[in-house]
Amino acid sequence: MNNEPAGSHPAFSTPLSHASLSRRALMRGAVAATGAVTVPSLLAACSDDSGSGGSGAKKTVTVGSNYSDAVPKKALADAVASFQQKSGDTVNVNTIDHNTFQEQINQYLKGTPDDVFTWFAGYRMQFFAAQGLATDISDIWGDIGSGYSDAFKAASTGADGKQYFVPYYLYPWAVFYRPSVFQAKGYTVPKTFDEYKTLAAKMKSDGLVPIAFADKDGWPAMGTFDYINMRLNGYDFHISLMAGKESWEDAKVKAVFDTWASLLPYLQEGALGRTWQEAAQSLQQKKAGMYVLGMFVGQQFSEEERKDLDFFPFPEIAPENGQDSVEAPIDGYMISKKAKNVAGAKDFLKFLATPEAQGIYLKSDPNNVATNKNADASGYTALQKKAVEIISGAKHISQFMDRDTRPDFASTVMIQAIQEFLKNPKDIDGLCKNIETQKKTIFATE
Amino acid sequence: MALFSDRATRPDETTDHPGAPVRRRARRRRFTPRDVAVFALLLGIPIVLDVVLIWGPTAASAVLSFSRWDGVSDLVWNHGDNYRQIVQDYPPFWPAVWHNVIWLVFLGLVATPLGLFLAVLLDKGIRGTRFYQSAIYMPVVLSLAIVGFIAKLVYSRDYGALNGVLGLTQHPVDWLGDPSKNLWAVLVLVAWRHIGYVMILYLAGLKAVDPELKEAASIDGANEVQTFFRVTFPTLRPINIIVLVITVIEALRAFDLVFIINKGRNGLELLSVLVSANIVGEASRIGFGSALAVILTVISLGFVVTYLVQVFREEKR
Repeated sequence: MNNEPAGSHPAFSTPLSHASLSRRALMRGAVAATGAVTVPSLLAACSDDSGSGGSGAKKTVTVGSNYSDAVPKKALADAVASFQQKSGDTVNVNTIDHNTFQEQINQYLKGTPDDVFTWFAGYRMQFFAAQGLATDISDIWGDIGSGYSDAFKAASTGADGKQYFVPYYLYPWAVFYRPSVFQAKGYTVPKTFDEYKTLAAKMKSDGLVPIAFADKDGWPAMGTFDYINMRLNGYDFHISLMAGKESWEDAKVKAVFDTWASLLPYLQEGALGRTWQEAAQSLQQKKAGMYVLGMFVGQQFSEEERKDLDFFPFPEIAPENGQDSVEAPIDGYMISKKAKNVAGAKDFLKFLATPEAQGIYLKSDPNNVATNKNADASGYTALQKKAVEIISGAKHISQFMDRDTRPDFASTVMIQAIQEFLKNPKDIDGLCKNIETQKKTIFATE
Repeated sequence: MALFSDRATRPDETTDHPGAPVRRRARRRRFTPRDVAVFALLLGIPIVLDVVLIWGPTAASAVLSFSRWDGVSDLVWNHGDNYRQIVQDYPPFWPAVWHNVIWLVFLGLVATPLGLFLAVLLDKGIRGTRFYQSAIYMPVVLSLAIVGFIAKLVYSRDYGALNGVLGLTQHPVDWLGDPSKNLWAVLVLVAWRHIGYVMILYLAGLKAVDPELKEAASIDGANEVQTFFRVTFPTLRPINIIVLVITVIEALRAFDLVFIINKGRNGLELLSVLVSANIVGEASRIGFGSALAVILTVISLGFVVTYLVQVFREEKR
C-alpha cells in the first residue's frame, strides 16, 4: 500500500510530534475546562434552591399552574391581579407546560411544590389526598359550600370524607351536532338509544357519516365508553368499576362493549388513524352528523360557525338511569401538604370559588363554564348556557375515564384495550379477561 | 484516547525483557507522580461519569424492576412478578419485540443494501452526482419530529397526499391507523432517512478505495460484479462495521417517529415506547417500566457484546 495519498501522513503526525510539550498543557486546560463547566452549574443549583425557599415572605402565595396555553394563562393572570388588588397579598404563578406538569406531578408534590396547584377533581385528586400530599381544606368548604351543588362537593371530597379541592370551571361531554343540518334534513334530537341508532341509520342513508369518531390518541373514545356504562349500568357502578372494585369480566361490562359494538356501523371508519381535531372538522364541514366529545370541540369552529353548533345529552339506554349523569371534567385547585403559606393559600382558594373570580376567568374562555352556581351567566354564549343547564340538572357528574380511575390503568391498559376493541369487536370475552388480569396487578397496591 | 493507550502499553511490553532496573527506570522516566495524578484524574472523571450516569442508573433500574412503585407510595418488592406479567399479561409486549425485530431486519436487509447500492452508483460519477447526493442525503438532516409531521400529511386517511395520488378517495386506505399497514408505512420513512445516511458513509468509503485495486482485478479478468464483491466490498470492512453498528442502534433506539404518529400504539408498539409509556407519566409504574427497560438493555447488551468481541478479536489478529 504505497499508494496512500502523501499528504495524509504529515497531517496526522504533526500534533503527535509536538505532543510531549503541549500535551500536559492540554490536559491542564481540559481539567480546568471540566471545572469551569461544573462550578457554575453547582452555583446555579444553589441559587435555585435559596430562591424558592428564601424569599417566601408570609404574604406571598405561590401557585403551580398548568395553564400553559396563552388564553387560559392570561385569564388566570387577570383573576390573580384582581385577588392581589383586593387582599394586598402577592401571588406568584409558576406556569409549567400542561403535559409536563401532569407527567411530573409525583415528583413535584414530593419535592418542593408551590402552595397552591392546579389539578383535576375525582379519583385523581383522591389519589394524592390519600398519599398525604394535599392539605385538608374542609374548613373553607364551610364558607364556599353554599355556592356549589352537591355533585361538585362530592367531586371535591377525598376517600376519607374531607374536602381537598376547589372546583374552578368545567365543560360537559355530549353529542354535538349542527342545527342547520338537522333542520335541512328534518332530523330530530333523539332521546333514547334506539332513536339515536335510527337517526344514525337515516343519516347513513342520506350519505352522511352518522357519528364522527377518532381515537388515534387513545383517549377520545373513552368518553363513549363512560356514557354507555353510565346509561346502562348507572353512575355508581361506573365509578366503582373505575375505582377497581368491580370485575371487568362482569356481564354488565360485557354488555357495555356489546352495546358499543352495535353502534360501530354508524361510527366514522378509520378512527385509529384520526385525531379528534380531524373528526371535529368533519362535523364542522357537515360531512358528519353528530360527534360525542367535550365542549372543546368548539375550538375547531370559527366564532361565527359556533352559533350553528349545539348538543344534546347522550341518549338514554336503561330507563332506570335515564340521563341522570353527565360527564363533565372539573378543573380546579388544591393546596399541597408542604405549602408554606397555608392561610394565604386558603384565602386565594376562597377567592377562586367566588362567582366574580370565575367570571373573570371565563370571560376569555368560551369552551368552559363556571362551577359556582351563582356565577354571572349573562356573558355566556348559547352553548355555555345550555352546558350550565345540563350540568345543574344532572344528579351525578363523572370526570372522564382517565380522571375517574388510576392514571396508569387508564393509560397503559384501557387505551390499548379500547383500541383493541375497535379493531376486533368480536372477542369481548378475551378482552375483558385481559383487562381484569391487568387491573388486578395495578390495583393490588391499594 | 489512542494517544494515552499508546504510552500506557509500552511499559508493559518491557516486562518481556529481563532486567527489572531497566523497566523501573523506564517507568520513572516516563511517569512522574504528576503524570500519574493527571492520568488518574483524566481517566477517573470519565470512569466516574460512566458509572454514575450510566451503570449506576442501569443497576438502579435492574433493582427497581423487582418492585412495584409509583414514585409516591411505599415501594413493595414483588420478586419477578413484573417480568411474569410482561410476558404473560401485557398485550403490547410481544408485538413490540416483534416490531423491533422487523425494524432491525428491514433496516439491515433492505435499507442498508439500498444505501450501498446508491453509493456505488454515485461513485461511478454519473452526471449530476452532486445533486443526487444532496437529494438523497437531505432527509437525514430533517429531525424525526418533522418526518413525523410529513408522515401525517402524506399518510392521513382523510386528507393525505398518498391516497390522493393513488386515487383512493372512495375507499381511502388508513395508512397510519390500520395496524396491518402502519408499521410498513413508517418503515418506508425510516428507510428514506436511513438510506441517505448509509449512502454518505459508503460513498466516503468508496472514494478511499484504491482505484489500482480495481484496475488490477479487471486486468486479471474480473467482471464488475466480481470486482465489487471480491475486491471493493472487503476493503470497505471498517465502514461495514460502522454501518452495522448504526443500523443496530437505529433499530433499538427507534422511538421518536412512532411516538409522534400515535404514541407508539395500535400496531406501532416498540420496546422503547413501552418503557416510556409506563415510567413517564402521572402515576408512573416505575417498577414495571424498569423491568421493560431491563429487557431492552439485555437485548442491547447482546449486540454490544457481540460487537466488542468481534472488535477485540480483530485487534488481536
